[in-house]
Amino acid sequence: MSQDLPRLKEPYSTRGQQREADMLGVYLFLASEIMLFGGLFAVIFVAHYLHPEEFIAASKKMHVAIGAANTMILLTSSALVAIAVKAARSGHARPVSLCLALSALLGVAFLGLKAYEYWSEYQEGLLPLPGLHTDFASPGEHLFMNIYLVATSLHALHLTIGIAVLGLFAWLVHSRRVKLPAGATATETAATYWHLVDIIWIFLFPVLYLAR
Amino acid sequence: MTANPPSDPNAGHTIRSWLLTTDHKRIAVLYLVSVTFFFLIGGAAAGLVRADLLTPEGDLLTNEGYNRAFTLHGVIMVWFFLIPSIPNVFGNFLIPLMIGARDLAFPRLNLLSWYVYVLGGLFTLIVLLVGGVDTGWTFYTPLSSMFSNGHVVLVAAAVFIVGFSSILTGLNFIVTIHKLRAPGMGWGRMPLFVWSHYATSIILVLATPVLSITLVLIAAERLFGLGIFDPASGGDPLLFQHLFWFYSHPAVYIMVLPALGVISELVAAAARKPVFGYSFVAGSSIAIAIIGFFVWGHHMFVSGQSMYASAVFSFLSLAVAVPSGIKVYNWTATLYKGNILLDPPFLFAMSFIGLFVVGGLTGIALAMLSIDVHVHDTYFVVAHFHYIMVGGTISAYFGALHFWWPKMFGRMYPLTWGRITAATIFFGFNLTFFPQFILGFLGMPRRYHVYAPEFQTLHVLSSAGSTLLGFAYLLPFVYLGYSLVAGKRASANPWGARGLEWTVPSPPPKHNFVEIPTVTGRPYDYPIDKEDSR
Ligand code: HEM
Ligand SMILES: [Cu+2]
Repeated sequence: MSQDLPRLKEPYSTRGQQREADMLGVYLFLASEIMLFGGLFAVIFVAHYLHPEEFIAASKKMHVAIGAANTMILLTSSALVAIAVKAARSGHARPVSLCLALSALLGVAFLGLKAYEYWSEYQEGLLPLPGLHTDFASPGEHLFMNIYLVATSLHALHLTIGIAVLGLFAWLVHSRRVKLPAGATATETAATYWHLVDIIWIFLFPVLYLAR
Repeated sequence: MTANPPSDPNAGHTIRSWLLTTDHKRIAVLYLVSVTFFFLIGGAAAGLVRADLLTPEGDLLTNEGYNRAFTLHGVIMVWFFLIPSIPNVFGNFLIPLMIGARDLAFPRLNLLSWYVYVLGGLFTLIVLLVGGVDTGWTFYTPLSSMFSNGHVVLVAAAVFIVGFSSILTGLNFIVTIHKLRAPGMGWGRMPLFVWSHYATSIILVLATPVLSITLVLIAAERLFGLGIFDPASGGDPLLFQHLFWFYSHPAVYIMVLPALGVISELVAAAARKPVFGYSFVAGSSIAIAIIGFFVWGHHMFVSGQSMYASAVFSFLSLAVAVPSGIKVYNWTATLYKGNILLDPPFLFAMSFIGLFVVGGLTGIALAMLSIDVHVHDTYFVVAHFHYIMVGGTISAYFGALHFWWPKMFGRMYPLTWGRITAATIFFGFNLTFFPQFILGFLGMPRRYHVYAPEFQTLHVLSSAGSTLLGFAYLLPFVYLGYSLVAGKRASANPWGARGLEWTVPSPPPKHNFVEIPTVTGRPYDYPIDKEDSR
């Protein structure tokens, strides 16, 4: 039975203590990630306050359908990840690796759609990178697109890391390198990170696409 | 207990055993070496600045060279010395020992955080080699985002990376303090040093990311023209200052809170009395950390922010003085009728209290809108923050070094030399920075390298003081280095102090405690039995 339990590492005296410490560590890390995006949200709110009309005008040019589709994709993947955690706790490896792999694939789909969206915006003259043709109606609109690009690409970067982590765990569980339920805490860690990436998007989506 | 197998990265004295160690005590020593290295570089830059200011024309450096010298001085001292110094050296070494744990919660993360620090340091050194930056440590836009011809993006990357190291350390400390306290060590029995590191870690984890995003935005603006702070594209340069100071005011408490923790330990050990009002001193750390998040606007009184905002920030800033005052009063009360030993750690603690009070009182002066409008961006501000951060934090750092050195390395150093150093630092420090209060009050702006001739006398005094100060900072290299090779062996408790760290041998064995201790009493349970003391 003992291989079902996580290995007890150096500074801990009980597994319960170790698990609690691991989870507290994860939550603190996520809190710091939230503060990172929190700074960005503060920027968005200030900018919105400074240029209310231009922001609404700019937001109306977003591809709401793509954004909404991406929201659905992430919500679905989060649900799958949650199922994976449940399965991991009860020690079933197959559904765990399956759900994690599917979520990673959904993440890839998100990035694909996002790339398509950037491409369309580029063609519509909405992408504010230097050297690209743009025609903004106002400085406020330009600012909106600047923030949009920074926020969504930072989110995409986090998503990419999340995909790598989920993919890795799917493979580790599949190949029995991580044994369940011993590795459930580790799986939960990866899952919690994915939920965070999802939650950040759930806030970015209304703030950027539905600002009216 | 079995002996460590030879492949154990924590065993032996090979380079490999050091670079792969997960022992918090060894990682502390790695940090000691690396922060000392950056202290020397930052100090050299300061020497250059002070030498240039000897003459009103600033003959030594070009305008550009001067800007680069003080910027590198600030960046290196703030992010590579003051912020990591006490937490990463002494926090790392002492927190597990003080709470009766075998190590930090995440030993490998701890090592990673050192490597991240080194990587950030390498970036800074590259910046130094390719010519530096001229924006000042505050990176104000639009200078940093549009006009500077220094290596802003590289330096932003360096600070971003080292910030990540801070976050990891803070996270590790919080989890350790929550989950690894020995049986019986309730929150009310934790040493004050641990309390202050707990408060510091909260700031590290929650404020540093805001700095990270700010640096990302500057880099995006410089590299890709994504002008979030640029009025031409609807952005707002003031927004930068809000974001920057939202981190950087709490950051000044990152630098000073660990110092306050050190002083509480030194004062109790020197007076051989329990700390007066233990729970107030502990609580005031948390109060400082929390209020510290709401005062950033006092750096922006003359930036054009609304008058109402300024008034609120002024009021909140005055509120910070309350918990800081509590500490000073309680240390004084602790010393009252104490059986004081004039050892080096105590002298450094006294020096800290003196400088901290001057720095804090001038902080209150600056928090008054009417005074700040007069002295903003003058040498008065420079003197204020040097009193607190350099006078205060570095005194505490040296105090900690002299107090825990025997514990860390198992050797004593000649105490008289320590006393001489403490006195010279105190004197050199005041000679360097007191004239700067006057300079500022007379209207000498900061960051200028040519100045009106009537300011020269005060500048020369300041430069003379800095020479003495620099010399005094180097003294410990001599006698602490000497102690490593020829010092006499230190006992487990050379100062006759309380605390779990003094119950284990000096230096402590790899696993700290043969058996995890059970704590039964309150901390600072002085007086101590006769036979324990010297
Ligand atoms: C306790 C430790 C403290 C530290 C380490 C510290 C550090 C600093 C630093 C680094 C600056 C200069 C920032 C720059 O480069 O422009 C500064 C400025 C200032 N500090 Fe402090 N400070 C401390 C305490 C206080 C307190 C207690 C107050 C008020 C109650 C205060 C009020 C101010 C104000 C108003 C300024 C802005 C001055 C100006 O630029 O016009 N400080 N401080
Ligand atoms: Cu401040």
